[in-house]
Amino acid sequence: MQPFDYLKVGSQAAALEAARRGGRFIAGGTCLVDLMREEVERPATLIDISALQMREIVATGRGGLRIGALVTMAAAAADPHIRTSYPLISEALELSASAQLRNMATIGGNVLQRTRCTYFRDLSAACNKRAPGSGCAAREGYNRSHAILGTSAECVATHPSDLAVALAALDAVIHLVSGSGSRRVAITDFLIRPGSAPEREHALRDAELITAVEVPALPRPVRSGYLKVRDRQSYEFALASAAVALATRDGVIRAARVAAGGVGTVPWRLHAVEQRLVGGWPSAQLWRFAAECAADGAEPLRHNAFKVDLLRRTVERQLRIVGQP
Amino acid sequence: MPNSSAEGRAVSLTVNGVLRVVEIDERTSLLDLLRERLHLTGTKKGCDAGACGACTVLVDGARVNACLNLAIRLQDAEVTTVEGLTTGDGDLHPLQRAFIDRDAFQCGYCTPGQIMSGIGCIREGRAGSRAEIREWMSGNICRCGCYPRIVDAVRHVAAGEGA
Ligand SMILES: Cc1cc2nc3c(=O)[nH]c(=O)nc-3n(C[C@H](O)[C@H](O)[C@H](O)COP(=O)(O)OP(=O)(O)OC[C@H]3O[C@@H](n4cnc5c(N)ncnc54)[C@H](O)[C@@H]3O)c2cc1C
Ligand code: FES
Ligand code: FES
Repeated sequence: MQPFDYLKVGSQAAALEAARRGGRFIAGGTCLVDLMREEVERPATLIDISALQMREIVATGRGGLRIGALVTMAAAAADPHIRTSYPLISEALELSASAQLRNMATIGGNVLQRTRCTYFRDLSAACNKRAPGSGCAAREGYNRSHAILGTSAECVATHPSDLAVALAALDAVIHLVSGSGSRRVAITDFLIRPGSAPEREHALRDAELITAVEVPALPRPVRSGYLKVRDRQSYEFALASAAVALATRDGVIRAARVAAGGVGTVPWRLHAVEQRLVGGWPSAQLWRFAAECAADGAEPLRHNAFKVDLLRRTVERQLRIVGQP
Repeated sequence: MPNSSAEGRAVSLTVNGVLRVVEIDERTSLLDLLRERLHLTGTKKGCDAGACGACTVLVDGARVNACLNLAIRLQDAEVTTVEGLTTGDGDLHPLQRAFIDRDAFQCGYCTPGQIMSGIGCIREGRAGSRAEIREWMSGNICRCGCYPRIVDAVRHVAAGEGA
């Protein structure tokens, strides 16, 4: 690990000031410390933000929820309001990492976690994300776990977060603050596809802090959930996952939110699947018909063609689980 | 570089009830602090990357991976390691006793992490069934494959039989 200066800040103003001088925020540290040890990350200064007041989960006036950036994954998953109103969030969290990691890791850090592509973590491998212009070892290398959607010639790494998939389905909004004021960005705009600049993963500006994630209210009554398919039953990243929320009234689906993980360079919102669901009556045929288009546009690589069918079947199964009366 | 001196800053924290003040390099993990500086080698290093659970300890009552915790961040924290579980008389913690009685290990390398994680699992109220224990203990890998007996031991203590 490269040496660094450590600075613990007591206020948001101090955090932003320190960041303007070139520091890097540390929240739970579960992603950053790991990558610093690998020397993939080499911040000159670590700004410890753990003393900031961003640990609240509050109901918004509009019937939604605002989750502070420093709320731990464990605390968010255990929150009674989240468990009853947004099971897809608590399920996505409880299917992530391990109980130990969830006690440390935060909501803000989770959204910003970096890819688990092994070439990204291997300093001797070509990786445009880590060393722009060096190439992509995964394209022609072992790419079983890589993305089939949203890839570019320069990068095929998946976004590894489960939470972000649930947040994408929910049209969640990231609250940000910097020296020049605060702003809000939809999570689906916040996380960026690699294109020709894979080193740019999100819309965070220099010296900008995530303060909270806001989840808007859903049409009611709604049922939701998260399904994660992986090589082992627990403590593993997704090969494919599906976040689904369905609002049904008088036996008809009035609103549908569907997003997939483990398959995209960003959490993958499935608008086409949603369109096939709305106005339909819950049935095995409907789930199949809707899920058929889940992998539209997929560009599989040499070792991950299996994800095309896996994605469709994961979405179909989760539609059935959430949608069956 | 900002700081390349070997031992840079002081941090004071409580480890197993004893206040410790240590000068450390900013890069020191809690795991290395425990093992290399405080000579508490019960806590094990497997992967040093959050992926095995061998380093599990309690920080302020919550189970965490000591390898991903920077010690410099733990000013005033209360840390409990496997060495802190026995009482003054040397009596084992019920979960330690259950691991022995149920033969819940072979090589023993993962065991301190399993026990600390098991304590966390029980405290979190996630030891209600075998399936629940398996899921909530999945952050602890056992290369010897002692999982069924580890689950037995946690279940036994959670059910109050061994407490
Ligand atoms: C073995 C292992 C298994 C895992 N499995 C899963 C899994 O199955 N699913 C999953 O989703 N995740 C998984 N993870 C990833 C884990 O969830 C993330 O590491 C964690 O959520 C990151 O949060 P943190 O608070 O620790 O972030 P940190 O490591 O503190 O920070 C991560 C990044 O975010 C920045 N940052 C943090 N907070 C803010 C803020 N408020 N404002 C601006 N920038 C900020 C930091 O500067 C850094 O760049 C796993 C991790 C490990 C080690
Ligand atoms: S040594 Fe910490 S999790 Fe493996
Ligand atoms: S007893 Fe050997 S690793 Fe678990």
